[in-house]
This record gives sequence, structure tokens and C-alpha cells, in this order.
Amino acid sequence: MAKIIVVTSGKGGVGKTTTSASFATGLAKRGYKTVVIDFDVGLRNLDLIMGCERRVVYDFVNVIQGEASLVQALIKDKRVDTLNILPASQTRDKDALTQEGVERVLNELRKTHDYIVCDSPAGIETGAIMALYYADEALVVTNPEVSSVRDSDRILGILQAKSKRAKEGGERIKEHLLITRYDPARVEQGEMLSIEDITDLLGIPLIGVIPESQSVLQASNSGVPVVLDDKSDSGAAYLDVVARFLGEDRPMRFIEVEKKGFLKRLFGT
Amino acid sequence: MTLLNYLLGRRKKTATVAKERLQIIFAREHADRNGPDYLPDLKKDILEVVAKYVTIDLDRIQVHLDKDGDMDILELNIILPDKQPEQHKVAVHS
Repeated sequence: MAKIIVVTSGKGGVGKTTTSASFATGLAKRGYKTVVIDFDVGLRNLDLIMGCERRVVYDFVNVIQGEASLVQALIKDKRVDTLNILPASQTRDKDALTQEGVERVLNELRKTHDYIVCDSPAGIETGAIMALYYADEALVVTNPEVSSVRDSDRILGILQAKSKRAKEGGERIKEHLLITRYDPARVEQGEMLSIEDITDLLGIPLIGVIPESQSVLQASNSGVPVVLDDKSDSGAAYLDVVARFLGEDRPMRFIEVEKKGFLKRLFGT
Repeated sequence: MTLLNYLLGRRKKTATVAKERLQIIFAREHADRNGPDYLPDLKKDILEVVAKYVTIDLDRIQVHLDKDGDMDILELNIILPDKQPEQHKVAVHS
């Protein structure tokens, strides 16, 4: 039975699409048949991050409205052959996603995939609710910053109230905290919320910490999920996240400051 | 300046401030999230009644909704002033 994972955060710009792309690619690299769906109707961007923007012919909304088949709309990744991408539509019609339509597409995808990764739009409107509605598990992407932590808390409340599992009284969605853009040096200076602060506040288990890294921008510039950059610490951190998600035990990395010389430590920079 | 700041014990770190602010706001938002819809109005009405008799400082009022099994417990903590001023006029904001 395929598992549905929503990547969500409430706040925009915290790394949902970056995470969806790398997480899905990571799962596929491990041999699982994976599909990543862009739920951000009207503001499609997953295709750019995945580097398949020029191969988009049909999209999620076309499939829902019966204008194209799923096979026509799915884009097969050129780097990892167990990975498919279902792009969002650029339509401005906010009601293009219907509950029944989304359910029908997900049920069809379940037959041929092991994991379905839903890249949620920001906010708590229809698109975000649709993305989390059918989820079995959730990756809550959070930056070490007040507004992001608050919005993550809000989205956790919505997962527990408005998802299918919550409404039908099923087993609770399994929530995972993913901290992104973490800068251990600033944490050490007391300028940034620490991992412990954030886990205390949100009260859900931590699945990984992605360090602030220049390679994320470089990866998005070139349309390659950062998880495929084997020189990048962010890429390595995403591989760890995938491994932990699959039940492996991996220690957290990139959460301590690299040791500086004595003088630098004494006077700071 | 790191060492100097440390030695002088200057100001609370902003990360600590951030955490404390979030803790306070979460306590309030979580109570509202789980509470019944009429709770904000109920709070306001109770405070208005109390304000008729004593001068209360809104910072010295705590309203908590707790759950004990099937029972909801509305807990209202009002710290009364030591000395009553002549006039008992207070505006209650919800």
C-alpha cells in the first residue's frame, strides 16, 4: 500500500518545494517508486526545482478535469528512473482542485507507486488543505525563526483537525519536524532558536536538520534537487532524512559549529 | 565583541526572547483552539462583571481552560490590588 506524505509548513519560503524535491528524489534513489505532486495551483515551481519545466505538457488539474490521462501528465525523471513528477497547473482558478478529483488521482497513483509526496502550497487555504487531507505522514518544514515556528504550530493544529484521518477518527497522522536553514554559529551566539527550543515548542519528533547552505540556491539555479549534489552538506542531510524516514538510525549532522581558531573564538567575527 | 558582551552580561539573547514569546502565544492559541466557540465572549463577560466591583489590571488576570477527563475546567486567576483606589473604572478588552 502506497504511503502519502505531505510536505507542509504554513509559512512560505521555508523550503517546502526544496524539501519535496530532495525527499522524493532520495526515496526514489533508494529504489522506491515515488511520485511528487505540486499542489501549488497557480504558482507552479516544483518543475523548476526538479529541472523538468520544459517537459510539462499536461498537469494535475488537466488530469482532475479529465483533459489528460495520468500517464500523459506524469513526467519521468531523467536522473532517477523510479521517480515521477506531477506538475501543478498555472491556472488562476482557485477551485480547480476538487476533493473527489484529488482522491481519484491519488488512488490511481497508489496502484503504481510506493510513496506519494505532496508538495503543499503556503497558507491554510484550499490548496494546502487538499495537500494534507489524505496524508498518512507529514513533514513539517520549519525555519529557526518566530513566524515559521508559529505557522508550523498552526499547521499541526490543522493536521489534527482537518485531515481525513482526523475527521474520520482514524490513526493520527505521523508528524515529523524538519528544521531547515539552520545555522549552528548563530545558535551558539544566542541569535537563533536552537533545535531543542524548536522541538520543545512544537512537541513533535525531529526527522532532520538541514543546514543553511549555499548549495541549495546553486541546486535550484540548475534544476537539480540538492540531494543529488554529493558535495553538499544539505544534500547529505536530506539523504539522512530519507534514511531516518525509512527507519534507519542516523545521528544528526551539521548541527555543531566548525571549530575555529583560538583568536577567532575569543573575539568573534 | 563576543567575549566582551559575555563578560559584561549584556542583555538577554534574542533567541531566548523568541522562545519565551512563542511559549506565551502558544499557550493562548492552544487554549483557544481546543476551547468552545463561546469561550472568548464568556471570558469578556466575566471580566466585565469583576471590573464593576474592583479595579483590575488586565495584566494580572489569567484565564485557563483545562481538561480533566470529560470535564472542562475554566480557571480564572485575578490578582486583586492591595489598596482600592477611589474610583473603580476599568475598560475591559477582549
